[in-house]
Amino acid sequence: MKILVCISKTPDTTAKIAFTDNNTKFAEAGVQWIINPYDEWYALVKALELKEADASITLHLLHVGGTDSEPVIRKALALGGDEAIRVNAVPTDSYSVAAQIAAVAKDGGYDLIFTGKETIDYNNGVIGGMVAEMLDLPYIALATSFQLAGTTATVKREIEGGEETVEVQLPVVVSCQKGMAEARIPNMRGIMAARTKPLRVVEPVAAENYTEVAEFGLPPAKAGVKLVSPDNVEELVRLLHEEARVI
Amino acid sequence: MSVLIFIDLVDGQVKKAAHEALTYGAKLAAQMGTTAEGVVLGSEVSSDLGELGAHGVAKIHQVSGDGFKEGDAQVFAKVVADVAEATGADVVVFSNNTSGKAIAPRVAVRLKAGLVSGAVALPETDGSFLVRKNVFSGKAFAKVSVKTAKKVIALNVNSFTIENGDGKAEVVPFRAEVPTSKIKVIGSNKTTGKVSLTEAEVVVSAGRGMKGPENWGIVEDLATALDAALACSRPVADAHWRPHNEHVGQTGVAIAPNLYVAVGISGAIQHLAGVNRSKVIVVINKDPEAPFFKAADYGIVGDVFEVLPKFTEAVKKVKGVA
Ligand SMILES: Cc1cc2nc3c(=O)[nH]c(=O)nc-3n(C[C@H](O)[C@H](O)[C@H](O)COP(=O)(O)OP(=O)(O)OC[C@H]3O[C@@H](n4cnc5c(N)ncnc54)[C@H](O)[C@@H]3O)c2cc1C
Repeated sequence: MKILVCISKTPDTTAKIAFTDNNTKFAEAGVQWIINPYDEWYALVKALELKEADASITLHLLHVGGTDSEPVIRKALALGGDEAIRVNAVPTDSYSVAAQIAAVAKDGGYDLIFTGKETIDYNNGVIGGMVAEMLDLPYIALATSFQLAGTTATVKREIEGGEETVEVQLPVVVSCQKGMAEARIPNMRGIMAARTKPLRVVEPVAAENYTEVAEFGLPPAKAGVKLVSPDNVEELVRLLHEEARVI
Repeated sequence: MSVLIFIDLVDGQVKKAAHEALTYGAKLAAQMGTTAEGVVLGSEVSSDLGELGAHGVAKIHQVSGDGFKEGDAQVFAKVVADVAEATGADVVVFSNNTSGKAIAPRVAVRLKAGLVSGAVALPETDGSFLVRKNVFSGKAFAKVSVKTAKKVIALNVNSFTIENGDGKAEVVPFRAEVPTSKIKVIGSNKTTGKVSLTEAEVVVSAGRGMKGPENWGIVEDLATALDAALACSRPVADAHWRPHNEHVGQTGVAIAPNLYVAVGISGAIQHLAGVNRSKVIVVINKDPEAPFFKAADYGIVGDVFEVLPKFTEAVKKVKGVA
């Protein structure tokens, strides 16, 4: 059994959000990079749990990105996994990234492909679905729990107004979110081991960009808070009713 | 040339997210000088489809059969793409709800169409095709240029105002080959009757300031009075005081209600990231220095245990229920 976990790199959640080049590029200077939380906390840790339960599982991590992504890939390997693959292409749009992932996945013959539910920078949440379509595989989006018995997966997924449990035969693509697993902190042994784990670099396949960011912007600042005394809660409700008109 | 809107059914009903997508698609069609059509998959529909014409769609294609019961995105995407091709649609619009998130990316691949997921406004269509969406969890926005002839847009929930005219839509059957589902639903757990968190107009959210899960009664009372959905901060969900699906923020659910009431939440940057698209934010916190006040429209510096019951009573009075 082979599992592929797709790992994206995102700015730290406290990073200052600013833009350069006439508001067409994210200002990367001084930014700390992390593994996209959904990929790390849920997709990767769930895959590690599966491997811990069945040592015969091979676990590969896949990242599409330049050389400067390698520290983030090593951080992911410190949590676990047998080897990492980096497709040597700077990600530009979801479709082209999905095409790179699909190409690697096809060659590797994976039984299970995990992604996070979305990245916290572009908030697209579309890579898993695109990869599944490119590979003609079923796709379970927004999974909150995953269990494996042989080649049958039992997955809980978020639906409108609740959750439902579905059964599917491998191979399958699953996007992971909260509930799947509990975030882990890498230990010293993991960090040491990660240094010598194989990190294979593959060249990208030809893939088109279907979209492009034309311009970034920041939302207008709030006007400032109107404070109401705790002894006059009725006044707050009056304001919400008459001024803001939301009650 | 036309705009095709996917009409999502939740237990056979057309919900708010679908009405938003229909209004958006119809307005986009008008802007592009073309027509808007809807597509609905499944036979068991309890809403009156013809009435959806009020949003400005002329025709609704209905694909019957029970091949859609398992909610397999692969099946849905194949059929929606078939309808898009048969009707010559240039743009396919989804709601970016749980179904749209699973189906839209697949349809985009099938149609070789550029996809913008999480759109929050109508595209700019003079010469280019630019769609505005939130990025960095609402801390910024981007205008995304779609370069392909065909386009797919997934519209964020609660980001577009529903409009109703007096049109009627013609409901026509569409015969499609429906593949066999590869997934099987074996159970479900729905919070029936309650508004879903992403669609809710009003959300009451509480944090660690509540001290423990046993104190949520006063939060629930306020939510009931306001007809609101419940949410919480991440540590509250991590400590299992509240279920995971209530966790809002950068690593939880992102929401954009009309009113967000935050009680006993400090307003960390990761929390704000998921809620900053709310139209009006009310913060109740005993610490005047809590960062949340900087992002708020209205606030009370005070103890939640004293303020909340009064808040609930005042709301009931205004709503005329007490
Ligand atoms: C990578 C990353 C991702 C994260 N993602 C998220 C996310 O998605 N969502 C999220 O919420 N957090 C997220 N966090 C955590 C975030 O940084 C904060 O730790 C968290 O939001 C704090 O939760 P809180 O406000 O409930 O608790 P606290 O920060 O402990 O704040 C409690 C507040 O309650 C107030 N209070 C206490 N008692 C009372 C009282 N009696 N009356 C009134 N007020 C009172 C206090 O003044 C305080 O402001 C993330 C963190 C990281 C590092």
